[in-house]
Amino acid sequence: MAYDKFEVLTSRVVPLSSENVDTDQIIPARFLKATEREGFGDNLFRDWRYDNEGKPKADFVLNDPTYSGKILLAGKNFGSGSSREHAVWAIYDYGFRCVVSSFFADIFKNNCLNIGVLPVTVSPKFADELFSAVEANPEVEVEVDIKKQTITLLSTGSAESFDINSYKKDNMLNGFDDIDYLLNLKEEIVQFEANK
Amino acid sequence: MEKKSLFDKIWDAHVIQSIPDGPDVFFIDKHFIHEVTSPVAFLNLEKRGNKVMFPERTVATPDHNVPTIDQDKTIKDQLSRMQVERLRENCKRHGVELHDLGTDHHGIVHVIGPELGITQPGMTIVCGDSHTSTHGAFGTIAFGIGTSEVEMVFATQCIMQAKAKKMRITVDGELGKGITSKDIILYIIAQISASGGTGYFIEYAGSAITALSMEARMTICNMSIEMGARGGLIAPDETTFEYLKGKQYAPKGEEWDKAVAHWKTLKTDEGTVFDLEYHYNAEDIEPMITYGTNPGMGVKVKGNIPTTDGMNDSENKSYIKSLDYMGFKPGESLQGKKIDYVFVGSCTNGRIEDLRSVAQFVKGKKKADNITAWIVPGSREVEKMAIKEGIVQTLEEAGFKLRQPGCSACLAMNDDKIPSGKYAVSTSNRNFEGRQGPGSRTLLASPLTVAAVAITGVITDPRDFIEELVQEK
Ligand code: SF4
Repeated sequence: MAYDKFEVLTSRVVPLSSENVDTDQIIPARFLKATEREGFGDNLFRDWRYDNEGKPKADFVLNDPTYSGKILLAGKNFGSGSSREHAVWAIYDYGFRCVVSSFFADIFKNNCLNIGVLPVTVSPKFADELFSAVEANPEVEVEVDIKKQTITLLSTGSAESFDINSYKKDNMLNGFDDIDYLLNLKEEIVQFEANK
Repeated sequence: MEKKSLFDKIWDAHVIQSIPDGPDVFFIDKHFIHEVTSPVAFLNLEKRGNKVMFPERTVATPDHNVPTIDQDKTIKDQLSRMQVERLRENCKRHGVELHDLGTDHHGIVHVIGPELGITQPGMTIVCGDSHTSTHGAFGTIAFGIGTSEVEMVFATQCIMQAKAKKMRITVDGELGKGITSKDIILYIIAQISASGGTGYFIEYAGSAITALSMEARMTICNMSIEMGARGGLIAPDETTFEYLKGKQYAPKGEEWDKAVAHWKTLKTDEGTVFDLEYHYNAEDIEPMITYGTNPGMGVKVKGNIPTTDGMNDSENKSYIKSLDYMGFKPGESLQGKKIDYVFVGSCTNGRIEDLRSVAQFVKGKKKADNITAWIVPGSREVEKMAIKEGIVQTLEEAGFKLRQPGCSACLAMNDDKIPSGKYAVSTSNRNFEGRQGPGSRTLLASPLTVAAVAITGVITDPRDFIEELVQEK
């Protein structure tokens, strides 16, 4: 078992409306020097979160006590750039379990699913609705249900369904990962390689 | 018979199992690793009690965080040193071939793969680095993966991914003098945007593409990821075979003939339908430069930064934030702006042809006083050729110095960092905020444009020095 099971998540939301947030912003390269997968949360959005002296920047959303929660609500084209999985580790380690956006970069989305952070793609209209709701009242909660594949803004009941393929869905629900699956295919793989 | 694209042919030949409403189990021929994205994968592999299934299919080199001076000394930065040492231990323990610092074939992973002939048409190649797409220049399916997938490849030589959609970008016509493959790709990304390729694998075709050398093709495929595409590839042809012939790991003798016969079948069937197609004319392309904080924000060197006309609120906000970071204003012209640093290097433009064109350009001239220049070869092999061909000497006479190979200022994990607020014109592939050091401001351009900037000290179209221009082939 690779990560915690994930069925229904009900949480407040942290809004980050910038578009095209790349993985260099999520975790700058100079923090990729670890040889273990721990402690990355401290450096999540490092250069937006802290100034040169390491003091928190008051205007950045993670430093704003008004907002908290396990859901990161992100702007369009989130996670572009480098393939570094460290970006998702940082998001996970910080405490997020779900990222919502109207558009995700490819490798980032894949990496999320591989380590148990759920990427939820919503329509631009629903994304706007969420941003407005959180802006008006930071305490609003959102419910993400993997089984039903729905995301609901609890204050209004407004909901939308999202896509996830059934293989990944099962993995998330059971906390399995691809390696578990692949190891069961060992013989087929050895055979395939021998014919190359 | 069903028409297949080059991408379909290679992909389908590597699928071991297709999961209904799920990914394909996809076999990987070659796996490149480096010091930054492999340690946790090795650690987890061992934690689960697994072994590297086919160690001979993995090749390693430390490139991302290594210093570019005094490589024979111990690495000063403790964390970098630890990662490099960990790579050595892991390779030894798991029987993986390592091209270590200071050895003959050390270099950036995407430079040494082709150089050694490890990269061959029809292969599937992955690496924990998004610019793995570089290898697509040889007609391979090559793309970047995350650390969990690195572990999968170690344990099972497979990853699980759904097949991407297919896009074809055709560029026909002839490039003008002083215009390079880097300008082609910056032009395409400016047209399609930094996210326009998301979900796609791109095939590049057309007479302007097939006229390019292998190295120039690599520059194009390298930056496919900057459109959000999973990767890009170009059908192999005589140029490809010529490049590979005699390379250390390329097939020899009868094996070679067999391989070439197979490689010749690797092309898109006539009449194949792509999910998306774009066509461009080489004649419309001029020297390009970026002005913002993603590679899609590019204009002609002689052009102006776009205004905010027609943008909606959130686009406007992101755009102004980006220009504020760069210290630019909408509508401004870029030419003549003072620059502080130039960087020639990276897996995009750190190969011998790039150094040749820079050397040819700066020959007999002097570097501008306000410019700090970092010229970093992509590999030891490139470094050796540069010495042999007299490039190093030409550079030195013009006031430049060649450093030692590595990723260097492309991602500034070592000491090669552009200081906060300073402007760098760079041949690398990303102009993200802080990419070249916290607060650094990056403008991406071709090696020729960078050379022109290095000489004048300001943003300059290389065609202003018409007599020095060399035609890229
Ligand atoms: S040169 Fe830059 S883009 Fe290329 S592998 Fe190194 S860090 Fe990645």
